[in-house]
Amino acid sequence: MKDKHSLAMVLLKGRTLIVLALLVIFFSLATPNFLTTNTLLLLAKHVALYGILAIGMTYVIITGGIDLSVGAVVGLAGMIAGGLIQKGLTLEFAGVTLYFDVPLVVLITVAVGALIGWLNGIIITKFGVAPFIATLGTMYIARGFAMLHSNGATYSNILGNAALGNTGFDFFGSRILGIPVGALILAVIAVVSAALLMKTTFGWHVFAIGGNSKAAKLSGVKVNKVTILVYIFSGICAAIVGIITASQLEASHPASGETWEMNAIAAAVLGGTSMMGGIGTISGTIVGAFVIGVISDGMVMCGVSEFWQMIIKGLVIILAVIIDQFQRNMEAKMALAARNEAKKEG
Amino acid sequence: MEEMERIHTDIPSVLHAEKMDKIYPGTKALDGVSFDVYKGKVNVLIGENGAGKSTLMKLIAGIEQPSGGTMTMDGEVVSFPDVDAARRHGIGIIHQELSLFPNLTVYQNIFMARECTRHKVLIDDAEHVRRTKAIMEKLEHPIDPYTIVGDLRVGQQQMIEIARNLIQDDLKILIMDEPTSSLSEQEVQVLFKIMRELTAEGISIVYISHRLEEIMQIGDFVTILRDGRLVASAAVADIDVSWIVRKMVGTKKSYPKRKTEVDWSKRFPVLKVKDLCLPKKGGGWLLNHLDFELRQGEILGIYGLMGAGRTEIFECIMGLHPEHTGTVELDGEPIEIHNVTEQISRGFAMVPEDRQREGLVQTMNIGKNISLSSLASYAKGIFLDAKQEDAAVDKEIDAIHIKVADKKLPILSLSGGNQQKVVIGKGLLTDPKILLLDEPSRGIDIGAKTEVFEIINHYADEGLSIIVISSELEEIEAIADRIIVLSNGIKTAEFTRDEVTQDALVHASYQGHTTHKAS
Repeated sequence: MKDKHSLAMVLLKGRTLIVLALLVIFFSLATPNFLTTNTLLLLAKHVALYGILAIGMTYVIITGGIDLSVGAVVGLAGMIAGGLIQKGLTLEFAGVTLYFDVPLVVLITVAVGALIGWLNGIIITKFGVAPFIATLGTMYIARGFAMLHSNGATYSNILGNAALGNTGFDFFGSRILGIPVGALILAVIAVVSAALLMKTTFGWHVFAIGGNSKAAKLSGVKVNKVTILVYIFSGICAAIVGIITASQLEASHPASGETWEMNAIAAAVLGGTSMMGGIGTISGTIVGAFVIGVISDGMVMCGVSEFWQMIIKGLVIILAVIIDQFQRNMEAKMALAARNEAKKEG
Repeated sequence: MEEMERIHTDIPSVLHAEKMDKIYPGTKALDGVSFDVYKGKVNVLIGENGAGKSTLMKLIAGIEQPSGGTMTMDGEVVSFPDVDAARRHGIGIIHQELSLFPNLTVYQNIFMARECTRHKVLIDDAEHVRRTKAIMEKLEHPIDPYTIVGDLRVGQQQMIEIARNLIQDDLKILIMDEPTSSLSEQEVQVLFKIMRELTAEGISIVYISHRLEEIMQIGDFVTILRDGRLVASAAVADIDVSWIVRKMVGTKKSYPKRKTEVDWSKRFPVLKVKDLCLPKKGGGWLLNHLDFELRQGEILGIYGLMGAGRTEIFECIMGLHPEHTGTVELDGEPIEIHNVTEQISRGFAMVPEDRQREGLVQTMNIGKNISLSSLASYAKGIFLDAKQEDAAVDKEIDAIHIKVADKKLPILSLSGGNQQKVVIGKGLLTDPKILLLDEPSRGIDIGAKTEVFEIINHYADEGLSIIVISSELEEIEAIADRIIVLSNGIKTAEFTRDEVTQDALVHASYQGHTTHKAS
């Protein structure tokens, strides 16, 4: 009985990975070109974008919140980076236009992402606004500023000017040893954020807040401070994605990143992050992001229409959460059984 | 065992409950309790916190299902799978916590889920308003039916609760679970008048209260529960307050008595609290000018009934009520209290009353729940030193005998007693100077209780200064070196171990309602 239970649990816990493996097998049978280095590298490039968003989102969801603003921050970050390279920063009172080199552009853009995250955190913790509403508001605000930046136009060809010393922005869309830079950034962020989540005081405080914020507070966890930091992290992730997207396209479009927050949430949920808070892993989220990526890219290669892709993605997400619920119930039952057993012995 | 005292009367009983059981995971809340609701009388149910009064009422009102036992009305066996079924048999309940809809109007609240309709579809609001007016008139509270309930005073809201039950035409039994806990003296008298009118009409009332003086005033029959068991029942005319107290308290439980031969006056006072006040929302005090001190290695008990302000003292000390006033001195130095984190670093640790809501993080495993408060001390650079953390957790598990196979298991796989030890262990791991325990034995079985008290004794002997809140008399008598009693936010008495008697504790615990401290 016990062995049967634990086998079932192993299968349940590894279900997203199993689904991923089945999807890869299915698509490699369906289209001969799927399991090639080139396709997989392209897949990694795509997955990098919402993978990074989903990592920030995972932190937020573990605290029991949600961050709807990340898609808009992607758009705004792209516009800020693109604008700084193409138009520079004009200080009207001094009558000068400043051009920054690429590292500084990146730093400024990331700082803007952090600022919006900080705003989210302040609105949620200090003013007690529900995360859904707070980030819905900043989503509109960020998107509005992105549009305002160029009056809705696209900055194209943002390669910089050697004379101004701001060339090299295309680096983030390029490849190192054949591997897309975006995928490398994803890997670095994933490793760092997984270590941060599992191996530091901060990470465990994040779990505690989502599991029971009242108990966390009484245990001495600085609930507000940690929550604000988590939203800042999510904002920074979104800004980084904005830079990568603009760099890959060599253009900034104010509408880019629209609805990407939904992909990020979907990846986190597919990876076993509980929308109730308190439960989630970075590795799970990465696998979840790849599941979404494989479905999208695989179906494109099979020639399935975009509309069917949406329907299938929706079904997969709902199914994932139903199985998740099933797992939780099973775990609760096992905990209760363990408790009763302990009682008999005691 | 002594012969159980029972009621001998000719008055017919409307409802007879025979040998009711209710088992919750981990505890037996009711154990073979029989209970009669006598027609047209005020049937009082009394007992300490956790005695099973509310549980019994929930079974009768159909809110929860019994694990065993039968109920009969008019000689027929009845069972109430839900509140609606109980209501059809003429049983209504007024909950301890108001269960109104603050966002809706008076008449909408009264007719919620029993709406009058025209042609079975359209809501007949005119009829609602007319009947609401009539019923509020009868209750001598002519509140406008269109008022939003959230805007009413608590006492008025209580009247809405009563009105809600009275619109039932065939109301036979009205259960009132501590209806006076939030009422003013004047409102209590109005409520009693209404209760007398209801009983005169033949309606039977089941009345739960902590306030002994009220029972003598309004009750006809009294039934006493303790630890889920029936202790005694009697006609109020035949008994007095001290009889009730004796029965409530009982004598059969024994805890490990604390043995100390210390002259406490020579010990250094580690904590001095002077003039501690916490204002109540809407006027009055939750804590009313409290003074007390705690000496090094001492166990100070705080006794009081629910709502007396016990937990609020801890919350003030831990920094959850920065709005409190008064001075707190730690080791002779006055301290400014801002937040919990700061207080923990100063050497305070608290074990909250509600283990599930405030003590545990259910999504984390046993080990992490133990180390949560002290994580920072295992950090090397930014990363946690897992070895050091594991060692500390293992040591704590060993020190306070938490029975656990693997500390990576979910926290909910532990029994209530072991969960409580986890919460205590979490506090102890912060290496506190002062440990605050709020009802540390709530909801755990007798064996685990004894163990928890042994832990408390042990740490006090090692020099930890401890404050324990308890509403169980034997418990606090056994564990505390000194006891202060709170009532209505006022410190009404202070006893040393040699002076204390259970009668004196009970007496002091309702004094704050009658004696008003000159301000």
